[in-house]
Amino acid sequence: MNMISLTNISKSFHVGKASQFVAVNDVSLDIEPGKVTILKGPSGSGKTTLMTLIGCMARPTSGRIVLSGMRAAWMASEEPAGVEITSLPERFLNDIRRRTFGFVFQQFNLLKGISVLENVMLPAYPTGEDHREFAKRAGVLLEQFSIARHASSPVEWLSGGELQRVAIARALINDPSVIIADEPTAHLDTALSREFMTIVGTLKKAGKTILIASHDPIVFDSPLADRVVEMRDGVITSSGPKP
Amino acid sequence: MNRTIERHKNILEFSLSSLLRRKTKNASLLAIYTLIVFAIASLLFFLSAMKREALLILKDAPDMVVQRMEAGRQDLVPLSYAKEIAALRGVREVKPRLWGYYYDSPSGGNLTVMTAEMPAGFIKIGSGVSRLRRATAADVIVLQSYDNEVPLMLEIEEVLPYESELAAADLVIMSELDFRKLFKFPQGHATDLALTVANPRELSTLAGKIVDKFPDARPILKSEMLRTYDSIFDWRGGMMLVMMIAAVLSFIIFAWDRATGLSAEERKEIGILKSIGWETSDVLLLKFWEGAVISLSAFFFGVIAAYVHVYFFSAPLFQPVLKGWSVLYPQFKLVPAVDTYQLGVLFFLTVAPYTFATIIPCWRAATIDPDAAMRS
Amino acid sequence: MIKTHRIRKSTVFLVLTIVNVMAFSLLMLHARSVQGRAGELLASSSRIARELQLTDLCLFTEARYTRHPAMGDVHAAFQDHPIALEHFPSGSLVPAPLPLVR
Ligand SMILES: Nc1ncnc2c1ncn2[C@@H]1O[C@H](COP(=O)(O)OP(=O)(O)OP(=O)(O)O)[C@@H](O)[C@H]1O
Ligand SMILES: [Mg+2]
Repeated sequence: MNMISLTNISKSFHVGKASQFVAVNDVSLDIEPGKVTILKGPSGSGKTTLMTLIGCMARPTSGRIVLSGMRAAWMASEEPAGVEITSLPERFLNDIRRRTFGFVFQQFNLLKGISVLENVMLPAYPTGEDHREFAKRAGVLLEQFSIARHASSPVEWLSGGELQRVAIARALINDPSVIIADEPTAHLDTALSREFMTIVGTLKKAGKTILIASHDPIVFDSPLADRVVEMRDGVITSSGPKP
Repeated sequence: MNRTIERHKNILEFSLSSLLRRKTKNASLLAIYTLIVFAIASLLFFLSAMKREALLILKDAPDMVVQRMEAGRQDLVPLSYAKEIAALRGVREVKPRLWGYYYDSPSGGNLTVMTAEMPAGFIKIGSGVSRLRRATAADVIVLQSYDNEVPLMLEIEEVLPYESELAAADLVIMSELDFRKLFKFPQGHATDLALTVANPRELSTLAGKIVDKFPDARPILKSEMLRTYDSIFDWRGGMMLVMMIAAVLSFIIFAWDRATGLSAEERKEIGILKSIGWETSDVLLLKFWEGAVISLSAFFFGVIAAYVHVYFFSAPLFQPVLKGWSVLYPQFKLVPAVDTYQLGVLFFLTVAPYTFATIIPCWRAATIDPDAAMRS
Repeated sequence: MIKTHRIRKSTVFLVLTIVNVMAFSLLMLHARSVQGRAGELLASSSRIARELQLTDLCLFTEARYTRHPAMGDVHAAFQDHPIALEHFPSGSLVPAPLPLVR
């Protein structure tokens, strides 16, 4: 099973300049596999930054992140002790990111003018996987999120809730074990936010590890949330009870 | 291996979707690009075929032609010149030629009259003349002679074969007798002298000797004819190129604008692609395909259309320029002459700059950190 | 189940490109084969050229110098319509006066 463990992670911006700023400061955290972890905290507390570090989108200034229970294409076999991702070369890091993480962004970040189906398939394109394989998976995902009838419409025709579901489907196309969602409900009304949490419930049931940054009570007060980690000024103030 | 192909195909797939978003814009871009390639390739095909044709004619041309100048203008050559030149060492044969131009005012055509061994009263005409005068074998053609009184009635013995148009469309071939009658051409004179020499390498020495002997003679060597031909095609070709330059320039500006002006939208898209797991090289590959799809298609469409235009339809679009104000224009079918080197250069110039112009501006955008999209 | 596996655009493009390359190669083959027969195609031209000792193509017949560019006078690189006044070099661009031509 997948497990992410952070040890003394710090991230500074503008290192060495007068404007140097520490966005994440000496954070240590274990993220349990198969659980829903919520990152909570005021604006500017470093939630997004921490998630980009976990999701291999950026490298920490210091500290170690170890992923265990995963296997990338370039690995001979699964590393039992986990992989220390902070020092991996760019290419390998990207490979891990593509296979292990699925991202749902606050602004959905879908490509305009491109069909729903193709938007969902986009993360699979550069992997070199057979088109038939991931097209089939995309079809299943669209069915699952009941947006199949929009498959060939451009994304701008869709409603907010539908867009959200397309974004989630896209995050799932490479069948990642970890879903990272940054403020996923910020643009949704209450009903749609609840719907989102329902989807989170299904994903959890499917065994995905879920990490959500949010200051929406619908998210962090949800019974689905196994653990709520609170952040302030780049530091974890309460890491919640370990489930 | 399979994965690499699949990756290319997948990314190509997205390039096409991306291009199809701006259907009209990219279609018009492709159309203009194709048109430019078409025009340039047509010109290349046409000129190389023409040069070939001209070379073929010149292959059998006399080694040297001697004209006589009078006050700086070409004049008739006394036959006495021919005898003296024939006596020079190295001259194999001197053939006095009788030829001239006849302006056919009813039709407006400018005919070339030449002489050959044939019975008086009969002519052979090029198929261009036949078309112009609507006359074929056994018809009689009337030419206005220079003494104004007697029009010359000449019966067409033969119309020269259609395949020879490019050399003979405007020819009227008659006997020496009729020629002299038509132009009141003085006895004992010829238009010029055609020389055959024993050793072509001695041509210039021989030319020197001729000028020494006859200061009013102007020898024209075969090599000079070849050079004239090269420059005449370059000149006509150049005129057409000048006209095309406007189109090419505006296209360059258009392409430049399209390719370099990376909009905020495109920048954002690249950020999104990076954040969902595309690498820098994937993004560059995407842009490569976006450029290559347009330029590759334009190249093939343009070149294929140009080939059909020039070699199947004899370059109808060039005729207005080539014709000038001539009434008599040969109908010809060109023998394809494809210069692989030129085509290669054209391919390179079509595909490479455009593709690079599409990739280069994305270079910086493609190297942004994948987390950028998280904060847009 | 929705139909996700339709004909791909990339396949269409690749097929189109292959067709293009094939058409291009066919034309090159055409060029070759015609060139192979060029001798007989051009035979009558070259026969006439040889017999009459022609020096030029009659591609441009509008003026003396264009019919026989190789015979042109060095001092008059451009000459004019048979009934136009000679004027250099615009004579090659400006047609003969209309009343005279008609
Ligand atoms: N690329 C960057 N350069 C400089 N400073 C940055 C950069 N990215 C983030 N920061 C700073 O780091 C701090 C933490 O930002 P982050 O986006 O992680 O906060 P957040 O908890 O996600 O806030 P919000 O709830 O508003 O999304 C902020 O003060 C931000 O200005
Ligand atoms: Mg944030």
